[in-house]
Amino acid sequence: MNNSSDSAVTVHVPRDSAARSVGADEVAQALQDAAARGDFAIDVIRNGSRGMLWLEPLVEVVTPQGRVGYGPVAPEDVAGLLAAGMLDGADHPLRLGIVDELPWLARQNRVTFARVGVTDPLSTKDYVEHGGLAGLRAALELAPADVVAEVTASGLRGRGGAGFPAGIKWKTVLDCADELKFVCCNADEGDSGTFADRMVMEGDPFLLIEGMTIAAHAVGASEGYIYIRSEYPDAVATMRRAIGIAREHGWLGKGVLGSSLDFDLHVRVGAGAYICGEETSMLESLEGKRGMVRAKPPIPAIEGLFGKPTVVNNVLTLTTVPMVLAHGAKAYQDLGVGRSRGTQVFQLGGNIARGGIVETAFGITLRELVEEYGGGTHTGRPVRTVQVGGPLGAYLPTSLFDLPMDYEAFAEAGAMLGHGGVVVFDDTVDMAAQARFAMEFCAEESCGKCTPCRVGSVRGVEVIDKIVAGTHRDENLALLEDLCDLMTEGSLCAMGGLTPMPVRSALAHFPDDFLGGRRLLEIHPVRATEGTA
Amino acid sequence: MTTSGSDVSVESVVRGVVARHRDQRGALLPVLHAVQAELGHVPQEAIPVLAEELNLSRADVHGVVTFYHDFRREPAGRTTVRICRAEACQALGADSLVRHARESGLTLGETTADGSVTVEQVFCLGNCALGPSVEANGRLYGRVGPARLGSILNGTVSS
Repeated sequence: MNNSSDSAVTVHVPRDSAARSVGADEVAQALQDAAARGDFAIDVIRNGSRGMLWLEPLVEVVTPQGRVGYGPVAPEDVAGLLAAGMLDGADHPLRLGIVDELPWLARQNRVTFARVGVTDPLSTKDYVEHGGLAGLRAALELAPADVVAEVTASGLRGRGGAGFPAGIKWKTVLDCADELKFVCCNADEGDSGTFADRMVMEGDPFLLIEGMTIAAHAVGASEGYIYIRSEYPDAVATMRRAIGIAREHGWLGKGVLGSSLDFDLHVRVGAGAYICGEETSMLESLEGKRGMVRAKPPIPAIEGLFGKPTVVNNVLTLTTVPMVLAHGAKAYQDLGVGRSRGTQVFQLGGNIARGGIVETAFGITLRELVEEYGGGTHTGRPVRTVQVGGPLGAYLPTSLFDLPMDYEAFAEAGAMLGHGGVVVFDDTVDMAAQARFAMEFCAEESCGKCTPCRVGSVRGVEVIDKIVAGTHRDENLALLEDLCDLMTEGSLCAMGGLTPMPVRSALAHFPDDFLGGRRLLEIHPVRATEGTA
Repeated sequence: MTTSGSDVSVESVVRGVVARHRDQRGALLPVLHAVQAELGHVPQEAIPVLAEELNLSRADVHGVVTFYHDFRREPAGRTTVRICRAEACQALGADSLVRHARESGLTLGETTADGSVTVEQVFCLGNCALGPSVEANGRLYGRVGPARLGSILNGTVSS
């Protein structure tokens, strides 16, 4: 970065932790070392990730034609790339073309992720030049009730999984008369297969700050908390730095952007408890207690953090709000299908050839996501099942791949969209083992408050073991069914209430795996594409 | 990480940490994170001090420390390796990594006798498109096969 001059070429190397996990830091270092030795000058910008994760580390060179991509780049590729003329956008086996024009990206409808991977996440200049603060400025011109009305009209539903309309929640908080109110961002993204919250916090942190500040103005809150899981140290560090920068620029604190709004924001770090992704457990944890689920009512909108009215929204919900305010409710409402409006950020993971972020309007099918975007499995074997919506979501067979991705259609099929995670498995997967794992995970992560979840999950593991072993199979299948009913009906929150979903879907769609036959297929080859860092 | 030998220094560390965090609402979790960052774990002797300083019962503090997976009651090894065993990593053979660790004489949740390595499981590191994922001393690694896990465990992969 000390090579900055008029002739310096701008090169982007992502700082996103997924890119770093496969060597982005080493690639950036190799570029800077080469610049220090050679006779060329480069400015290395550590952007977020574009979300084409199989291409990471994706190096982008700014040329008069646009940003030319090369990837996946290993540190040892750097010398050859430079010799081939990478800084002029020259040809090379790793050259991908103009990144904005790559079909995988160009076909998407990026609203929440519009800036992620494009800008320097901590540059206020980049943020404003790429449309940042337009939503907040528009909101500050409006009365709180009008901001709430705009969010309601957009049809935005909570992106954390439950899909509750955001505007209705905000109106409840606005209508409370308390002096002290809070805005809490649930950034405890614990579901396997989901990483959008992490990417947006690492790649566009001011967007979350802007969304939470709009929420604060809309409901009359003066303090906000972002509860980030401890497994995301990069997101924690980036958000903390962004909050500090935002304060220095008057985007937070007393009189936000010269308005009468006083709002400040804090990051809190979780401590390794999946259940704290549940909103009431998260509030307990923020209060310094065990993350035990609270019975509702009272709802957090009325009695939330420290008993005060509290907006609790997920990262993607809050980071969508600035667009709604900047471009109007109708612009958002015009996207999507049925009662699922706007875009959803799908996350393709697991055994998939081209995994990453696909932000598109609701209504896309699983087949388009897994086959067209995802390109099938990473191992090259046939897809057998896809788990949608995290560890509490259903396992779906390929016969259901034409199901449109929308809240209602999924609910009808006994599944859920959740936070938009799509985890692919090939034909070596043992579905009885996956069902057993669902129960095991619930036993490990239950907060312990409800007996069906705390004890039922332990019994679930035992019963599945007996079924697979062939011990009184019919009786134990009936018992498992009964146990699933009890957990569904008798648990306070989704942990116990939804654990039966992966179990039942595995049983319904893959009954043969419970006959003990697939044990022989215990092979999970990891192809020879190990990272280079 | 410094590991303290005497109660007196545990007490002074804890009081110092609490003094820095006292103005935060519901300060116990940030305080426990800070104590663990300074001492490497949350020793038993810290609990009565925390209870006194934060006006909580000892049972409350004990309850919180034991509820969360992150808080250690004993020091960890010099290197902590966490293998992701959530579904996305399972789909690419996370269990083969666990098996490899076991064959190398390492048991999940335990620290080697020489105090060099602690191997643990974790459920999701948010790297689900580039699994299997492993984290070692705070650094994330993607596309980890048994050979690469071996290098991480042997410390030949820089961290």
